[in-house]
Amino acid sequence: MIPELGQFALILALGLALIQASVPLLGATRERKDWMALARPAATGQFVFVLAAFLVLCHAFLNDDFSVLYVSLNSNTALPTPYKLAAVWGAHEGSLLLWILILSAWTLAVTAGSRSLPEAFAARVLGVLGIVSVGMLLFTILTSNPFERLFPAAMDGNDLNPLLQDPALVIHPPILYAGYVGLAVPFAFAVAALLTGKLSPEWARWTRPWTTAAWMFLTVGIALGSWWAYYELGWGGWWFWDPVENASFMPWLAGTALIHSLAVTERRGIFKSWTLLLAIAAFSLSLLGTFLVRSGILVSVHAFASDPARGLFILLLLSVITGGALILYAARARHLTVEGGFRLVSRESFLLMNNILLVVATAAVLFGTLYPLFLDALGLGKISVGPPYFNTVFLIPMLPLAALVGVGMHSTWVRMSSESLVRRLILPAGVAVGIGVIFPWIIFGRASALTMIGVSVGLWVVAAALLDPVKRILRRGSAPIALTRGQWGMTFAHLGVGIFILGATVTSSYNVETDTSATPGDRWEVDGYELVFRDIRRVDGPNFQATEGEFEVRRDGRLVTILNPQKRIYRVQTSPMTEAAIDVGWGRDLFVALGDPLGDGAWSLRVQVKPLIRFIWLGALIMAFGGLLAITDPRYRTQRKQEKVQPSSELVETA
Amino acid sequence: MNRRSFIAFVWLLFVGTASAIDPEPPLEDPVIESAYRELINEVRCLVCQNQTIADSNAPLAADLRREIRRMMGEGASRAEVIDFLITRYGDFVLYRPPFQPTTWLLWGAPVLLLGIGAIVFARILRVRTKQPLEESNSLDEMTL
Amino acid sequence: MWRYLIPISVFAVLAAFFARGLNLNPRYVPSPLIGKPAPEFELPQLKNPEIVVGTQDLTGNVVLLNVWATWCVGCRQEHGFLVELAEANDLPIYGLNWKDNRPTAMSWLSSLGDPYVASAFDELGEVAIDWGVYGAPETFLLARDGTVLYKHIAPLTREVWTTEFLPRIIAECGALPCLPVGSE
Repeated sequence: MIPELGQFALILALGLALIQASVPLLGATRERKDWMALARPAATGQFVFVLAAFLVLCHAFLNDDFSVLYVSLNSNTALPTPYKLAAVWGAHEGSLLLWILILSAWTLAVTAGSRSLPEAFAARVLGVLGIVSVGMLLFTILTSNPFERLFPAAMDGNDLNPLLQDPALVIHPPILYAGYVGLAVPFAFAVAALLTGKLSPEWARWTRPWTTAAWMFLTVGIALGSWWAYYELGWGGWWFWDPVENASFMPWLAGTALIHSLAVTERRGIFKSWTLLLAIAAFSLSLLGTFLVRSGILVSVHAFASDPARGLFILLLLSVITGGALILYAARARHLTVEGGFRLVSRESFLLMNNILLVVATAAVLFGTLYPLFLDALGLGKISVGPPYFNTVFLIPMLPLAALVGVGMHSTWVRMSSESLVRRLILPAGVAVGIGVIFPWIIFGRASALTMIGVSVGLWVVAAALLDPVKRILRRGSAPIALTRGQWGMTFAHLGVGIFILGATVTSSYNVETDTSATPGDRWEVDGYELVFRDIRRVDGPNFQATEGEFEVRRDGRLVTILNPQKRIYRVQTSPMTEAAIDVGWGRDLFVALGDPLGDGAWSLRVQVKPLIRFIWLGALIMAFGGLLAITDPRYRTQRKQEKVQPSSELVETA
Repeated sequence: MNRRSFIAFVWLLFVGTASAIDPEPPLEDPVIESAYRELINEVRCLVCQNQTIADSNAPLAADLRREIRRMMGEGASRAEVIDFLITRYGDFVLYRPPFQPTTWLLWGAPVLLLGIGAIVFARILRVRTKQPLEESNSLDEMTL
Repeated sequence: MWRYLIPISVFAVLAAFFARGLNLNPRYVPSPLIGKPAPEFELPQLKNPEIVVGTQDLTGNVVLLNVWATWCVGCRQEHGFLVELAEANDLPIYGLNWKDNRPTAMSWLSSLGDPYVASAFDELGEVAIDWGVYGAPETFLLARDGTVLYKHIAPLTREVWTTEFLPRIIAECGALPCLPVGSE
């Protein structure tokens, strides 16, 4: 009975979303205040019912209700409780419900945060968000109902895929979706601006915090996914250019470009078409990702059970939303351009380069991801496009961009003399390149050209990011100008980029990987570490049995750590799973994975030493932290409307 | 259960499964061994199609690694091994797409896009350089 | 002015490809052997290891080569149909027993029926690699001169037999049953 209530809640949510998607938009065109006023209550109501449906599904999982088909396919009585909850979004139908919940949560946030916006504009924003909600709710109700029943109910469930039985499942999808879906907000702002026919620099100031917030979640979400793949999938890789990884990365690239383009639009009122197009593109890429994962059109480890009928529905949704926005763009964007001059050496110019290079990178990743589909559809054969292609191709726009990050940060608006720019930056650049070229040789004894370039660029970005804060701290005596929150945000965000580049370069260049076989009692050496295979034993888990090895790791005679990799067999799904043992360190990760028993007590093993790999995720977290700082800048506090009666007469200044 | 029957039990559990780890010791010549490692990280596993054969636990992946290892140990060049694979499985088996007429556009795309980007940049700059400049307020020069 | 139409045009082209792509199977790997001579091999027979079976047995007539194994669920599904085909005696069916256990395979055939003229025992899977096998069951159709005419991946069903195999067989033989070369 209760699952049917969940279904009913979804239908009610759809009804409210339909109101939210239509009436306020009509009201904005016809200037009917009462129609526009329906937006907020409709959005709030929609959130309530979507949340109710979501809670009903959670309830079904927590109570082992195997009469619900989705629960029986993804859970089991022996599944530990946190994973029962996470299993709610472990497969297609439930993760779609999570998508919709997060969209309605963002919409709710917009209803609260948009009170100081012009009424017609706010109504349009909520209306557009409503259209997206309608599309996704229809998709769920018509093709992907999570509350479908199983008669007769299963005795026990199929269990959650063992690969997903991990703490990361609890946080990675919600945070990733918060980012992915959150890009709908700047999208809605962009479409609302196009509908209104006007785009003021104020518009950019409204849109920026929402964009940065979504981007922040997306950054953390992608980093979590990468980290999870690293320790869970057994063999120590952290990015595979899998189509679904690319599907989350492209919105990130577009979102990064959008944040920077918004900066120019806010400050100078120009780059409006860029900003609008990037806002439309970022969310469209999110929707595209949703399409790629759920339609079965590409092969991916993330692909949910695919179904061409579902694929067709999402394609239609994508066509309406993206196609509609782009047609609106084609019709109206040209009327929004304004004059605003700048020179070759200026912040605008560097941000334009930034826009272009990020768009090139996004387009290159998109092209590579879709190329096998293009060839197959044209009957020209079947190829695969994987890491060898992407690793090469991605660097082509990104290395120049990384170098420019340091330069753009330090240039003034409108125009700057190249001499003063060079004067400012020559010392940190020189130091970065000097260290970048020499240190790899000193520490590792060898370095390729690409390694030296990568390390230099990474150090350069770090130096450039820290240049101003360090200068201001050192100049404390002579009336320093404090950095604003926004500037601190920029500092940290770019610092994060530099640290990421350092981690990615060093770990790719100096990763040591060996496959060997050993018997308990053996000792051998890997990259300066001495390993001893001490023991192999059987271990029981809550829903699995495992063989566990014990390895002692020493360096220069001193004990570093004891590692216990496991080979698990989950009771229900019975396929063997490797659980690698990792010794985490800022300087390097030590990674040991058990392979197969080879007879006579011998086991095959993979041992890896991965220098600076933690910097990859540290860099991402620092980037996200920078975003957080930027959002909390007081200039985004909205000015209360003059008409409203204030309890206090304070007005918050806008920058 | 005692140690021997435990090991036998474990061995039975894993019969018929493979792992991505090669049980044999590394090839004697480190240059060939590293060429081998590099190549198997570029060959797509046809069973679990989103992994390389270096990372895949599928039996076919283990068989292919064994074949490649043998061939390279006997002196086959990278090109010869690639040719061996493509003759049997087609271009799909390589994660590095071959450079041929159907993929010229793929390999050329990044440079082409960069070229288009450069042209776009030049045109926009030409327009903007002719437009009136705004007075720059040096105080908020660092405002992003 | 026209540049504002570029985004929507690009999107339209992409959408067209996506629509087409929904009807394709991205996991399907077409065989590069089609139209080429069958790979050379020689393996011991499953039931009589002293006798070899190889490419020379497959030439001279239109034959099927079916890749199978006892651990393969799909092989179990198609086996009944293969036995039917063998009883109709339209053309010889050879087996390639892929990475299997000899006693298990033999008892499998004796309990479920043996549709094969002979099964080659490919213990290490090396011959299967030569044939580009990646997912059992797979069935190859070979012409009289040993050219690979067609490869089907997944269990063989009557529907596939009628739509894909029969037309090609008739084109080769003229009529069923296919007679070996030189037996007019």
